[in-house]
Amino acid sequence: MRKIRTWLPGLLLVLPSIILIGVFVYGLIGQTINTSLLRTQDFVTDKITNPGGIANYTALLGSDRYQHALWNLLVLTVVFIVGTMIFGLLWAILLERGVFAEGIFRSIYLFPMAVSFIAAGVVWRWLLSPARDDQAVGLNQLFVQLGVPGLQSDWWSANSRMSMAAMAIPAIWQLSGYVMALFLAGFRGISADQREAARVDGATEFQLYRHVLFPQLSPVALSALIIVGHMSMKMFDLIYAIAGPNSYQAEVPATLMWIQLFPQGDPVAAATNAVIILVIVAILVVPYLVHTHRTEQRDG
Amino acid sequence: MSTATAAPVDQAVPAPAGDGGRPRRFTVRAGLRYTLLIIFAIIVLMPLYVLLVTSLKPASAISADQAWRLPVEISTAGWAEAWGRLSPSLYRSLILAVCAAVLSSILGSLNGFVFARWKFPGSNVVFTLFLFGMFIPYQAVMIPLQGMLLDAQAFLPWLDGIPRLILVHTVYGIPICTLIFRNYYATAVPVEILEAAKVDGAGMLRTYASIIFPVSIPGFVVTLIWQFTSAWNDFLFALFLTNAQNGPVTYVLNELAGGQNPNYASIMAGVLVASLPTLIVYVVLGRWFISGLMSGSVK
Repeated sequence: MRKIRTWLPGLLLVLPSIILIGVFVYGLIGQTINTSLLRTQDFVTDKITNPGGIANYTALLGSDRYQHALWNLLVLTVVFIVGTMIFGLLWAILLERGVFAEGIFRSIYLFPMAVSFIAAGVVWRWLLSPARDDQAVGLNQLFVQLGVPGLQSDWWSANSRMSMAAMAIPAIWQLSGYVMALFLAGFRGISADQREAARVDGATEFQLYRHVLFPQLSPVALSALIIVGHMSMKMFDLIYAIAGPNSYQAEVPATLMWIQLFPQGDPVAAATNAVIILVIVAILVVPYLVHTHRTEQRDG
Repeated sequence: MSTATAAPVDQAVPAPAGDGGRPRRFTVRAGLRYTLLIIFAIIVLMPLYVLLVTSLKPASAISADQAWRLPVEISTAGWAEAWGRLSPSLYRSLILAVCAAVLSSILGSLNGFVFARWKFPGSNVVFTLFLFGMFIPYQAVMIPLQGMLLDAQAFLPWLDGIPRLILVHTVYGIPICTLIFRNYYATAVPVEILEAAKVDGAGMLRTYASIIFPVSIPGFVVTLIWQFTSAWNDFLFALFLTNAQNGPVTYVLNELAGGQNPNYASIMAGVLVASLPTLIVYVVLGRWFISGLMSGSVK
């Protein structure tokens, strides 16, 4: 047991941050949960707007509008994760052994990440415009001019349950480079000896990737999955910029929360929604954090 | 990715992997590799092309069917209008991003030092609780945060607009900065050096100042880039906590681009103006950013 005098200065040095995180993260989350359980009544009509307690949650989760938003979020998240993983891994494989002008390709693939969602949303709103043929702008117009009008699409405006898949396109554009950088860092962390050993054993390139390199990338893939997944679940800016704040078609819980808070003036419903978003993110992230924590304890 | 028939080519010329030292002989595989790399690069750059050509066209020339063509005559009117609309908020964003990046980096460095090398009982649990703060959806704190900051403003009248965002970005930047510095110190600072300092009677602050801080530059580069970019690019906090008169450039850009503004040249120029600072940061410091990813996120 170490003496207090040894460790106390360390605790004191971190204390300001502990207080800030305690108040701004955990304190405020507590307040949001508190708000989400309130019972509210309309002043004029006496109509109960929020029944209070757990009933607030069952009411919101049971509503068609919220289920529509959750479905959109699911479609967006799955396409976003799969897309960034495919492009990120593919680009990393293309670059990992060093190619001519690697730095230029890497910068090109990574640059969308430096752009804000709100700025990217402006140009993607134009690119993903649903107008067709003579009226077409953006990608549809490009397809017409390239002589492949059949590729035209309604994108996220399509009257389809899968329309949010199109909203994932700009998100994939922005984050694939980041996933590539993670995988690239993972590839570079594998010692050259192992490739050499595999070659000496007569492994083909495919076998080398399949049995030697990919298994060692699984921690990187997990990190990338967590990072991209949680970004998708709280995605707000991009949808706000592309579809506008009031689009039902592209509604996800994060944009619905803005509508509940401002146009509808219902902070209780907004808080209920926010807590549900938090729980969804926590289901993804907490097992990962506990796993990381345990691994580090074990490894010292 | 590759075929069995192509494999002997590599076996005949065993190259040290991962160091870029492959002989640059033309093979079918290398050709395919570069073709794919160039196609993907063109696709990724396409939105940038649209932004550039549209921003340089005179307002009258932006007829819909010309959008993908290069401008016939170059006009800087769009850039001038965008600059006029955005420059006050660009300045505010710069203050915001620099202050938030510096403050949360300093806190992150101190915390990272303690969590890596000066642990206290329970420090691992506290660290994990910090990390969760990195992942929370800010929607979950936004409603009471607005209220708390309004209350605080009653006795701190300057805590509005940019100072308000500096506070928020500094606090919510602590977790990621702490993580990056902790991982960095855990690999970059050998325990033996700290033991030696302890034997020589150096206390914690002395140890930080004379041993840890001087080797911290790579960590600072990474956290400064990361925090600068996320504070600059943030829109959610800006939307909830500021307005067009005192908000950052993302807020004003959204106003410029939203509504019924038909002037595409100025909108697209505005996107470029608002994105240039972070793009410059990436182009100039991108190399360190990637090495930072290796020390920070890949764990």
